[in-house]
Amino acid sequence: MCGIVGLFLKDKKLEPELGTMLTDMLVTMTDRGPDSAGIAIYGSDVDSKGKLTVQSDTPDVDFGNLAADLSAHVSGNVTSSQKDTHTVLEMQADQLATARSALKEIRPNVRVMSVGDTLEIYKEVGLPKDVAQRFEVAKMSGSHGIGHTRMATESAVTTMGAHPFNTGSDQCLVHNGSLSNHNSLRRRLRREGVHIETENDTEVGAAYLTWKMQNGSSLSEALESSLEDLDGFFTFVVGTKDGFGVVRDPIACKPAVMAETDQYVAFGSEYRALVNLPGIEDARVWEPEPATVYFWNH
Amino acid sequence: MQTFDLADSDLRTLNSTLHAQNDDTNQTAWTIENPKGAHAIACGLDAPIEVTIKGSTGYYSAGMNQQATVNIKGSAGPGVAENMMSGKVVIDGDASQYAGATGHGGLLVVKGNASSRCGISMKGINIVVHGNIGHMSAFMAQSGNLVVCGDAGDALGDSCYEARMFVRGSVKSLGADCEEKEMRPEHLEILKDLLEQAESDAKPEEFKRYGSARNLYNFNIDNAY
Repeated sequence: MCGIVGLFLKDKKLEPELGTMLTDMLVTMTDRGPDSAGIAIYGSDVDSKGKLTVQSDTPDVDFGNLAADLSAHVSGNVTSSQKDTHTVLEMQADQLATARSALKEIRPNVRVMSVGDTLEIYKEVGLPKDVAQRFEVAKMSGSHGIGHTRMATESAVTTMGAHPFNTGSDQCLVHNGSLSNHNSLRRRLRREGVHIETENDTEVGAAYLTWKMQNGSSLSEALESSLEDLDGFFTFVVGTKDGFGVVRDPIACKPAVMAETDQYVAFGSEYRALVNLPGIEDARVWEPEPATVYFWNH
Repeated sequence: MQTFDLADSDLRTLNSTLHAQNDDTNQTAWTIENPKGAHAIACGLDAPIEVTIKGSTGYYSAGMNQQATVNIKGSAGPGVAENMMSGKVVIDGDASQYAGATGHGGLLVVKGNASSRCGISMKGINIVVHGNIGHMSAFMAQSGNLVVCGDAGDALGDSCYEARMFVRGSVKSLGADCEEKEMRPEHLEILKDLLEQAESDAKPEEFKRYGSARNLYNFNIDNAY
């Protein structure tokens, strides 16, 4: 199964409520997937600053002097803001790539969850309620966000197998379904030099989109071509720095409901996830069409 | 009129209360408040009662219905009125995938659109959709009538048996062994009756009829891979 929720705010007044609304939506979807949960939040954009969100199974050991140790490898200041097993490292945006390679040397056990100007991804094994609480998601504000609760079918229940997947700077992907050609596609992408870490099918989907975009496709073009190249079942929700997109495979057996008002566009695997949103009674509610790319931008 | 508020009480209590009604019940009108997309609302009813759900429902609402009339004053999630035996289910909004699947009897009315696999494997149910239906509708449909006042998606009636499909608008594509058929007077009569029951003002003459070409009934080596 798996449950997906997404919220793209048009009304800036709702931005302080983003974390609370997304948490409520995600917790409602718990019985679609109790294995792991994750959330991607697009926060405020600070000029020339970028964020590296990283995870460690031993945060006390790894995060202690991380900002200071990293400062030795990059120019400019590095700040660190820890939440449970994750920490957000903020620095000059042009230093993110250097910091990422330095991290491999100085903290080999630390895993990168996301890279971008505004994106932060938090994900762990456990119920949505517990994961959201550990990372205090309800307190986060932002312009848009995506949440996922996983019922694993294709690979192990681990932090790295949890969604969302970071597909490129400020880009993320969540998936409900299962890809059946992920092994052959993984081999093909690895031959092209694409780094794929796990045996997870969705990571291959995410890597595929990243690879397409690195080769000149726009996100919506990459999503269009995924309909040709990916075999299996999928409802994808993707996030970009200023946008939010949805695509379902042509068979469309994985559920999806969308709602739009003057204040927001919302996505839920089921209508249940949307029932507490403001003004939902008068929202335009519909089921996204199969094999059709939907996209909203700020 | 009995009112049941799902904000205050649980679904199991609601459904078991409805199941406890028999043919002689005096409590024939029920209203359900705050459905909020919950699953399996008013499933398995078997009494001549009328249930009105004031909002949208989740998976499998009004499934396995017998005798009862269920009105959904919103949209319905996947599998609404699945395996209905008799009675009537009316949805004011849209229905998600496989609405009325495997239904043996009764009438399902969708006043909005129905998505994919509407009436899949239907076995005698009548379905009237005021709007459009999605792909793979009436797949392996065995008997009954599927009436679509709007358009039909891809692969309508794939591998169907003896169900009748009536579509007023366009059909994106026909499934394997499904073909357009002659509309005879008896079909116009069936349509007139169903459209009236479904409160549609569409005219029977505006529809085309589709059904099985009957080429997949018997083993044919040319159909094998």
